[in-house]
Amino acid sequence: MITGTGTTASPAEVATPPVRATSLLRRSLRLWRTRIGVLLVGVLVLLAIIGPYVAPYGPSTPVGVPNSGPGGKAVLGTDYLGQDVLTRFLYGGRSILATALIATAIGLIVGVAIGLIAAYSRNALDDVLMRIMDVILAFPQIMFALVAVAVVGPQAWVIVLAIALTTVPRAARVARGAALPVVERDFVACSEAMGVPRWRIVLGDLLPNTLGPLMVEASLRTTYSISVIAALAYLGLSPNPNSPNWGTMIQQNQIVLATQPWGAVMPIIAIALLTMGTGLIGDGIARTAAGIDRARSAE
Amino acid sequence: MRRLTSGGVPGFVIRRLLLGIIVLLMVSLVVFAATQALPGDPALAILGRSATPQSLAALRKTLHLDRPVIEQYLTWISGLLHGNLGISLAAQEPVTKLLAPKLVNSAVLVAVSAVVSIPLSVAIGSWAAFRREKVFDTLSSNLLLLLAALPEFVVAITLVLLFATTVFPHLLPSISTIAPGSRPWDHLNYLVLPTLTLVIAVAPYVARIMRASMVEVLESDYIEMARLKGLPERTVLIRHALPNALGPVFQVIALNLAYLAGGIVVVEYVFNYGGIGSALQESVLSHDLPVVQALAMLIATLYVVLNLLADVATIVVTPRLRTKL
Repeated sequence: MITGTGTTASPAEVATPPVRATSLLRRSLRLWRTRIGVLLVGVLVLLAIIGPYVAPYGPSTPVGVPNSGPGGKAVLGTDYLGQDVLTRFLYGGRSILATALIATAIGLIVGVAIGLIAAYSRNALDDVLMRIMDVILAFPQIMFALVAVAVVGPQAWVIVLAIALTTVPRAARVARGAALPVVERDFVACSEAMGVPRWRIVLGDLLPNTLGPLMVEASLRTTYSISVIAALAYLGLSPNPNSPNWGTMIQQNQIVLATQPWGAVMPIIAIALLTMGTGLIGDGIARTAAGIDRARSAE
Repeated sequence: MRRLTSGGVPGFVIRRLLLGIIVLLMVSLVVFAATQALPGDPALAILGRSATPQSLAALRKTLHLDRPVIEQYLTWISGLLHGNLGISLAAQEPVTKLLAPKLVNSAVLVAVSAVVSIPLSVAIGSWAAFRREKVFDTLSSNLLLLLAALPEFVVAITLVLLFATTVFPHLLPSISTIAPGSRPWDHLNYLVLPTLTLVIAVAPYVARIMRASMVEVLESDYIEMARLKGLPERTVLIRHALPNALGPVFQVIALNLAYLAGGIVVVEYVFNYGGIGSALQESVLSHDLPVVQALAMLIATLYVVLNLLADVATIVVTPRLRTKL
């Protein structure tokens, strides 16, 4: 799992296919990998949403002897406090998914705005913005979040802000890379000659023509946000230490892996399937965008 | 920096070096400002409950807390440059002394992981490109795609489940605590699972870029030329294709090594391996800010230096980029 910029090379190099986002998504669904990815993400999001309603017990209700194996009242056994593993598993996806989605959305919106403005400015502003991005990029994502938590504390907004802030430069780089060739196109010069305001050129001309790489980046960033947030909880840095949360569950039940593995195995499977799902969707969109591109250049 | 382009390769290196120094200066400002924003008194944190007003005042003076902020920053940064990283609040020891053995442990782990993962991923990527769209390529591409998406602690605990506790119990140790005074290479079996985790975290990216780069090279005219000359396929691949395909991979390797510096935080915690990663996690939990500051600067410096090396290496191995300078 790379939280750095290890993959910026690929989406940024995908030249911009001027297709509508919806049609790109529809086309990418012709690929099996995208379908499997959508299915995995769909199932897990559904699980996170309806899980708490179908859970047999309360998340902090002791139902039996701590660390007992599956059977009896607890289908998947109990954890180190005697709480029902299945219940906590059903509750545990919400906070991770919600935090990851909010943080990624903020980071992407700000980052894409900065990237597009930098690409369109064509002056010193570009350099200044991208050098500021370099400063944030010098911190690995997880380390930045850790330092933020060390300074302020493990509140939810700190984690959201830290993940959003570290998403910004990565999204900005991709957006800038994708927008640079678009800025030179004739229709941008045409809009400028017609006196279209600069912000409308950024939103109306640049953004639609960079959506392909940006959608790939969005799914990539979601994957990373999920794993960093789960990792923070796993490191014992979630807003509430006993809240049911997949990352926290793994940490709490790791010691008894040999005797009662379910408390750690279930959240591990969930996180693995979720990140694999978002990864597959991203790859599907990237392949589709590259395919459309090849077809166009062959024409 | 498009407007400042002259001087060929040395000019490029100097420009990147200056840029790197500016970035690091700004990073140090961010790290310092972050600790300044912290509520509470560091002197009180060091002395704890036994503090008297006199001892607090004395310690504030030795820590330069009575000086203006700018002066404090300058003292801190010159201390950094002289290798004086302050006193750990939790351990009451100089940070350098505390971190030196942990740095060695982490360096060993990262080095072993790099030595294993780089040749492995270059080999996988090249072979997949050579046998494009055949069974090995399809299998490895899909497997690497799935592995790349996994968070490293998920990989680590899955490995523990497989090789240490549940599926094949006691094949390998599930924790890798390096006792104080001993060295990581004293217990090589301790290194296996942490290394394997890091290899799985890094190899997919390098292998994917290697494959893409190799595919491009294999379709080029000079490879066709070499084949038409009747050179054996081995020579074509190893002498002609491989060196040219490695160019773009440098960047990814450097980025991934830099990533390893951050990724070890979680992996070291899983295996209780005493390196800078688990030190960062501990110092965050105990609010030991001098240690957090030192580690943040260390990891950021590593990141900037590796990026610089990657850019220079890419320029050096790719002649056609040099003409654009």
